[in-house]
Amino acid sequence: MKILICISNVPDTTTKIRFVDDNTKFDTNGVQWIINPWDELALTRALQLKESSGGAVEKVSVITVGSKSVEPTIRKALAIGADDAIRVNAESEDAYEVANLIADAVKDEGYDIIIAGIESSDYNGSAVGGMVAEFLGLPSVSAVSSLDIENGEVVVKREIDGGSEVMTSQLPFVAIVQKGIALEPRIPSMRGIMMARKKPLNVIEPAEVAPMTEYVSYELPPAKAACKMIDPENVKELVVLLHTEAKVI
Amino acid sequence: MSVLVYTENWDGKFKKLSFELVSYAHEIAKMLGTSTIALSIGNVEEDELKKLGDYGAEKILKVEDNRVKNLVNSAYTSVIAQTAEKEDATVIVLSNNNSGKALAPRISVRLKAGLASGVAALPSSTDPFVVKKKAFTGKAFANVKINSNMKVLTLFQNSFGIIESGGSSEIEAFTPELSDNDFRTEVKEISKVTGKVLLTDAEIVISGGRGLKSAENWGPIEELAELLGGATACSRPVSDEGWRPHSEHTGQTGKIIAPNLYIAAGISGAIQHLAGVSSSKFIVAINTDKDAPIFEAADYGVIGDAQKVLPALIEAVKEFKAEA
Repeated sequence: MKILICISNVPDTTTKIRFVDDNTKFDTNGVQWIINPWDELALTRALQLKESSGGAVEKVSVITVGSKSVEPTIRKALAIGADDAIRVNAESEDAYEVANLIADAVKDEGYDIIIAGIESSDYNGSAVGGMVAEFLGLPSVSAVSSLDIENGEVVVKREIDGGSEVMTSQLPFVAIVQKGIALEPRIPSMRGIMMARKKPLNVIEPAEVAPMTEYVSYELPPAKAACKMIDPENVKELVVLLHTEAKVI
Repeated sequence: MSVLVYTENWDGKFKKLSFELVSYAHEIAKMLGTSTIALSIGNVEEDELKKLGDYGAEKILKVEDNRVKNLVNSAYTSVIAQTAEKEDATVIVLSNNNSGKALAPRISVRLKAGLASGVAALPSSTDPFVVKKKAFTGKAFANVKINSNMKVLTLFQNSFGIIESGGSSEIEAFTPELSDNDFRTEVKEISKVTGKVLLTDAEIVISGGRGLKSAENWGPIEELAELLGGATACSRPVSDEGWRPHSEHTGQTGKIIAPNLYIAAGISGAIQHLAGVSSSKFIVAINTDKDAPIFEAADYGVIGDAQKVLPALIEAVKEFKAEA
């Protein structure tokens, strides 16, 4: 069995978001780039499955779409433990184009399980996983919070409103995963970092595909008015304000 | 031409977000000078379906097929895509909730339609089609231009509101063609908590952080939530510690919510936490540290120990309710 994780290179979650060029571009100045948090958890889970499967999972690969500048992120994925990596050499902000490129790159590679994070923390599209599934004509399960292989069959838990469902899927399939899939992301060991340098990172040139959307401009949320402080000995005042001023209770 | 809105049901009932979706779709239909068509999948009584008409759906298509009782991504995609083609829809609207996120990307590819997820306003123009969506997890908005003829939008919950337009509607049954290939996943087991307000639906959310010290101290959070008809939530360290379930974690990597009132008790307000709650209409912060960043995001603040302030607040709410 072969597992593929779709990785997105995103700004660190503590990044202060700013825009330049008349609010038409994200200001990447001084930004630390990381593996999208859900993708990192997905990779961690895939490695756990490989280690516990007694050989059933032969390989864990990662794929990303991006220019050479995203290589530190993909090397980190290799350092965490992925066996090999694919980088599709293209710059894109549109999920449709990214998914199309990923699908095109892996359609003949025979992956049994393809995993994508529920969303990327930059554009919040929640789109790539579902789109890859549709491009490849595969079944997909979204909002997956646990993934196991039992007697060669894949068993997932997906979150629904107010509960969860246990599901099975025929293979190959695409899992779109969220929090819970692994508890903590795995941190690369020194040995892992050394080994990552020697692992295969295949760069492939993109197929000719077009995006469907473009980002024309950005806005920051309106600034908040100063916080009204309330005496802790007089929280009755807070209740009155919530009723008369905010009108929320 | 038409605008198609997929209205999910919960055990045969719609909820506020369904009516918000229809209201939103209807406003877009008005901008385009076309009609609004709602699609319901699963068993919903006629009286319930009719409610969608109050918010602007002129036609309500119902698909009742036992194979699509639970969400199956491929099958639902087929149903929605076939409906869109039958009704010549140019815009398809879904919620940005679990099922909308599962379906919208597949529909986008199936119909070669550009997707804007988490939209938070009506399109600023329809030709070119430009719409504002959330980006960077609530830290910003992006204006996205969709270049394809067909468009798929997922609406961020509680970002638009409800508009009653009270027109007349007709209900029509529709039988889409589904193949075995649409059913390659299977639901084996369902577990559901009933009777509790869902975090994503709640108009009031009471949330606790590390400042509450331990899992045993959650009583006042739950009591206040129940008193106000709200839901309970927590910050990331709390769910990581196992004091509360992961499903309650609000923040960048947990749930992104937009209630009318968010009360943060003992939460310092790390940037990742604020990303998940900053769309709340009003935020109340209770914290011992006057310099905690949560006060910058809050509308009302109380400097004090949440374990003392919360019981006092509960008493004050009880008094207020008794007087009202």
